[in-house]
Amino acid sequence: MRVAKKKTSGILEGDLTPMIDMTFQLIAFFMVLINFSQAEQNEKIQLPDSQLAKPPEGPLEFPITIHLTTEGMAIIGAAEVPIAALGPFLVKEKQVLASQGKGTNEATIIVRAHKYAQTGRVQELIQKCQENDFEKFALRAKEDVGNN
Amino acid sequence: MKVRHNKGGGDDKVELQMTPMIDIVFQLLVFFIMTFKIVSQEGDFNIKMPLAAPAAGAPDELQLPPMKIRLRADGGGMLAGMSLNERGIGTMEALRLEIIGVVGDDRGPGTFQEAAEVELDCDYGLRYEHVIQAITAVSGYIDDTGNVVKLVEKIKFAPPRQASGG
Repeated sequence: MRVAKKKTSGILEGDLTPMIDMTFQLIAFFMVLINFSQAEQNEKIQLPDSQLAKPPEGPLEFPITIHLTTEGMAIIGAAEVPIAALGPFLVKEKQVLASQGKGTNEATIIVRAHKYAQTGRVQELIQKCQENDFEKFALRAKEDVGNN
Repeated sequence: MKVRHNKGGGDDKVELQMTPMIDIVFQLLVFFIMTFKIVSQEGDFNIKMPLAAPAAGAPDELQLPPMKIRLRADGGGMLAGMSLNERGIGTMEALRLEIIGVVGDDRGPGTFQEAAEVELDCDYGLRYEHVIQAITAVSGYIDDTGNVVKLVEKIKFAPPRQASGG
């Protein structure tokens, strides 16, 4: 028996709509969750956990972030220096504040110390900032979601 | 005028060129996947410590003496002992209960809770995480409804101890 072959146009088209839907949803998901503000973070620093560490309601007016490693080295901006050598960097920050017509009492030093750092080092860091007339400090901790 | 609908004719289907769009969409997707990083929430404990504060003039009559919390470390920096106003405390939970007992239930302006102050006196080698645990214990707690109940908001450090001291 002779079977008649059905003639087709030669192009097989799959339905791409579900795939595009899914892909757009994935893009939307990642777009919403993306966080570009990594300037304050440092890979070397593992913050201590705290149940009460909730993000502040508003941004700080003039934050200056200083990281403290387990070895006791301070990281300010891109520079990693011993705590004793922080002075010139803090003076520079003071000059920036002064150029904006602000005082050191308006700035907040954010201390991002590693959880295994020695407390004495953290206190030395605070003391160094106090010597440069800074008086507001924020000890940063990571939100502990495990115990809530 | 009668409009004739073209029924069932599959040959005159308008086809959009999807390939460039899918290319771009996939590139976007790859970009977002590559840059995606799960960042846990961070929060601050605010402390105000002017350098001249301990020696500043006559003491404020309304200001109560700070509750002194002493945190001792062992050789490895772990918490070896803790006391509140020279009285030994076993755990952070016990410290929190002590603070709740001192501060009481009153909240708001003019209350003891607002004026209460804690001074942390820590060994040099103590791991910083224990300090944050102590600050958490005295700062407040999360009640059954998930709200934060504030305890002491004024926290300061005693002058640092020497590295060899204990």
